[in-house]
Amino acid sequence: MAVAGSNRHGDTNPPAPRGRGANGRQGSAHHLTFTIPSELSAGRKVQQQILEAIEQKGFHGHNFFAINLALEEALTNAIKHGNRLDPHKKVHVEAKVSARRAEIIIEDEGPGFDRSNVPDPTAQENLEKCSGRGILLIESYMNRVIWDRGGRRVRMVKTNKKTQ
Amino acid sequence: MAESIPPLSVTREKDVRVIEFTNNRILDEANIAEIGNTLSALIDEVDNPKLLLDFGTVDHLSSAALGMLINANNRVREHSGQLRLTNIKPQILEVFVITKLNKLFKILPSRAEALASFT
Repeated sequence: MAVAGSNRHGDTNPPAPRGRGANGRQGSAHHLTFTIPSELSAGRKVQQQILEAIEQKGFHGHNFFAINLALEEALTNAIKHGNRLDPHKKVHVEAKVSARRAEIIIEDEGPGFDRSNVPDPTAQENLEKCSGRGILLIESYMNRVIWDRGGRRVRMVKTNKKTQ
Repeated sequence: MAESIPPLSVTREKDVRVIEFTNNRILDEANIAEIGNTLSALIDEVDNPKLLLDFGTVDHLSSAALGMLINANNRVREHSGQLRLTNIKPQILEVFVITKLNKLFKILPSRAEALASFT
């Protein structure tokens, strides 16, 4: 662990295992990358590691809750809806976390989708449907969300503003 | 083993089944499926079932869990029953509000008020 008040670059840490980036105190960023099979259990493990990183960087309370929810929804979407749980398809996840900002990028290998064609789950006729809320939650809880690569990739950003 | 703790505890207040979640996170698919099956069995047990779901321990909720709750709500209605939700923490309630599901479910702030609201 770095000594409080120091901010060394160069490596005082042992080599990180695959899936982890350089560890550091405030002023540096966590950068994590993962490639996982289309299994919800694999997604949960990635979710856990990213949550540890954001917590370490000072995301708490509502900001932590927001990222937790959006991340879970986005991972489920990629694994279940994008890749249709196809064991031959992978999900690529990247997280860049600093004290001020968390950016999470998730890309699946599925056919993609048209964001503008997704029905509004809050419309009366959709309210009692059991699914279709993931995108709404992602876009409500993150500060910035970009869908690209034909819908196969989502980039979402949460800034760590102080909230009560 | 710790894994065998059921995700719900069920008690009775007169003719109302009060259901609490024993895990603070309605999280993974298996857990959600098990909760859904347990709720379905409880709903099917009696005519005009009265169920109260107490969310006091719940800190995290996904859209998959919301889907399971909607299923339960539909099933209760098919059985001419009543369902109430209570003790939902503000962050979780916000999820219901954003998805407008606060208009679908009958949500009361406290267990006492929820119990009093059954007809």
